[in-house]
Amino acid sequence: MSVIYMLLAISLLVALVFFAAFVFSVRNGQFDDAYTPSVRMLFEDEVVKDKGEVPSAEPSEQSN
Amino acid sequence: MEGSSCFHCGDPCGNQAVQYDEKDFCCAGCKTVYQILHDHQLDYYYELEGAAGSSPRAIEGKFDFLDDPDIAGRLLDFQDTSHQVITLNIPHIHCSSCIWILENLHKLNPGVLSSQVDFPRKEARVHFNPEKIGLKHLVQLLAAIGYEPSITLEHYSGRDQKKDRRLIYQLGIAGFAFGNIMFLSFPEYFETGEYWIEQYKGFFRWLMFALSLPVVIYSASGYMKAAYKGLRSRILNIDVPIALGIAVLFIRSTVEIAFDWGSGFFDSLTGLVFFLLLGKYFQQRTYSYLSFERDYRSYFPIAVTRLISGREENVPVYEVETGDRLLIRSQSLIPADAILIRGSAEIDYSFVTGEARPVVKASGEKIYAGGKQLGGPIEVEVLKPVSQSYLTELWSDSAFSKGHRSAFRNLTDRIGKRFTLAVITIAAVAAATWLWIDPSRSLDVLTAVLIIACPCAIALAAPFTLGNLLRIFGRKGFYVKDTDALERMAQADTLIFDKTGTISTAQQNSITYNGIELSEEEAGALKNLLRASGHPLSQALYRELEPFRIVPLDHFEEHLGMGLEGSAMGQSLRVGSRRFVKGGSNSEGEGTEVHVSANDDYKGCFVIRNKYRDGAGPLFERLRERYSLAVLSGDNNAEQEALESLLPPLTPMYFNQSPREKLHFVRELQQEGKQVAMVGDGLNDAGALAQSHVGIAISEDAHLFTPACDAILDHRQFPQLDRFLQVSRKGMQVIRVSFALSLLYNLAGLYFAVTGQLEPVIAAILMPLSSISIVAFTTAASNWVSRKLE
Repeated sequence: MSVIYMLLAISLLVALVFFAAFVFSVRNGQFDDAYTPSVRMLFEDEVVKDKGEVPSAEPSEQSN
Repeated sequence: MEGSSCFHCGDPCGNQAVQYDEKDFCCAGCKTVYQILHDHQLDYYYELEGAAGSSPRAIEGKFDFLDDPDIAGRLLDFQDTSHQVITLNIPHIHCSSCIWILENLHKLNPGVLSSQVDFPRKEARVHFNPEKIGLKHLVQLLAAIGYEPSITLEHYSGRDQKKDRRLIYQLGIAGFAFGNIMFLSFPEYFETGEYWIEQYKGFFRWLMFALSLPVVIYSASGYMKAAYKGLRSRILNIDVPIALGIAVLFIRSTVEIAFDWGSGFFDSLTGLVFFLLLGKYFQQRTYSYLSFERDYRSYFPIAVTRLISGREENVPVYEVETGDRLLIRSQSLIPADAILIRGSAEIDYSFVTGEARPVVKASGEKIYAGGKQLGGPIEVEVLKPVSQSYLTELWSDSAFSKGHRSAFRNLTDRIGKRFTLAVITIAAVAAATWLWIDPSRSLDVLTAVLIIACPCAIALAAPFTLGNLLRIFGRKGFYVKDTDALERMAQADTLIFDKTGTISTAQQNSITYNGIELSEEEAGALKNLLRASGHPLSQALYRELEPFRIVPLDHFEEHLGMGLEGSAMGQSLRVGSRRFVKGGSNSEGEGTEVHVSANDDYKGCFVIRNKYRDGAGPLFERLRERYSLAVLSGDNNAEQEALESLLPPLTPMYFNQSPREKLHFVRELQQEGKQVAMVGDGLNDAGALAQSHVGIAISEDAHLFTPACDAILDHRQFPQLDRFLQVSRKGMQVIRVSFALSLLYNLAGLYFAVTGQLEPVIAAILMPLSSISIVAFTTAASNWVSRKLE
């Protein structure tokens, strides 16, 4: 029945990994500003333009 | 191109549009910004959000002080020879375009390493290489694209950089422990008697004990401390029964598992702490980005120009000493009480005293700190250091000391007292009764009562109701500092209003013209003359007059404190005071009248009056039913008649009030037992706002300067002030109803506790159930009471 110990150890370990991720993200300041990232992620990816090339950014096509 | 609007900032171009790249711009400044962005292929800025920019203002010499390494050093978050970090406050940040452009600064200047925007705080954190771009140039770059940072004395004195993330950690730990303990306690709830449970339950239990330790020691520490503090100052606040409940839960659970009497209440314990902290989090997470604690420092400049034997030098404001000669540029602030030495001063004190019109000073006259020089550059000699000036001295009043409101006890605490007494009585009676029936179970019942009566739901009612109201108010443009401020607002019975900037608006004036009608050419010349003048009356008049094309001025001269003369299109005009234009003595209405003569013929005068905020009249009419009203103005009584027609009859009005007099007026009312709410806007109201029961600042832009206060009201919401007050009162009713609701839960729980049948599983069901239903009720109810807000 020692499999229970092992399972518990594994499940706690997984939980602790997530807990560590939480602590890391708080420390990293991810909880300080909950708004800006939501806007930032909607920016078009870098409009990569070689010099002279016409930007082909058609927002209506790329969204959705 | 009549009617077009600026491609960059969206302002109407009138008939003066500047064209570039097939686009219209309202001014050369906007066009320049477009050019800069276009040249760096940053046109995406305009795709994200149309016309998001602002036209850059002239900043020549304004940021020279950033060259001073000492001053720069105090502003920087981090500095190294090739890497510096600064957090800049940029008031213009308002949309996604702003975020995008500010995070792409590195494309404008390779010296910028990276930048990140914190949108709610309107801040940009910029990493840059000082070898490639100095701090001053970085700031100038930002200003050049219309994002001028606001750098004030507040930043210089060092701000609290340390962000308080303690609550998030506490909440995270409690949530983590709560979730895991729930899993661990499930087997014993459902599989009692199975063989494997018997064998492993000890292990499960001690694991739960281990998980609950950090919750009790760290997450719940705030409640323990608050209860201890309360008891020491002989106050039974709501934290006392909470702390008691937590402690009893933990001790009883530990004893139970140690002697193998039961599985303990670890799940209820951690769940309780988790829900409580959730409420606290909900309550706190509101407008941390708006500063409610501002004083004169966020209005004053960091550095001023000192003249030493004819040489200019930038010195930090705090190092200015008595006897120093300072050079005050146009549109700059006078940082200390001083004597005018050279130049002619025309000073706008509206922010400090509430007086609407600028004051003219001649050499040798005394100038008080806080005014803004409108005319050309002047030289002054400092009389008193910054901290001892007439204006800044106000902040030494006890109204500004922390804790002058600590006497305020919120509803939860007031109920908490009675609640605690009741719980302790019931626990004692129940324990005594069981001592008589079955002494062995007496302690069991005593602890069960303390556990089940832990006022989790009561403690959650106020945070969730008021927290939700704060959020709803915020969406409507009324930013309240915290839930206590909202409670105090609900109690107010007296409302005191400032006049300038509060009831009246600084942005608009009502203008009437009496006299001979001006010909088209005269009107055009007048408009162009006014355009060249920086005087507030000129600008007010300029905004209101019909647009006209820009023509070159043939002659222009501004006579300080008198008026302007000039000519354009063959029309020579004199504009200004009665004496200047017409001769003779000045009339009564000096400062509100602008006389005009064309080609030496007197034409007439424009009368410029304060414009009162829309809906002010009906608002006062509604407010008088419940509140006693008063007006305290720093201005003279020129507007008394207009005010009398606006306000309900017999409303007390006081004029020429100094900031200190305003403060004392509020204090006197409070000594009569009134709960005073002060509504003001400027530094001159700062004392009254701080002294009052609740201080509400009216603001044209909540992110620009507002004095220290409890709430910031967007000026557009001013007519709705009565509704906000009403909703705050209804919010208190919601809390009372939810108190009654949670008492029902407590009574049900007490039945189990008193009869000695409290099983861990009952506590584990009842506790979250009551908390969640209270949260649901308060949220729904507070949404319902605020449904009428527009």
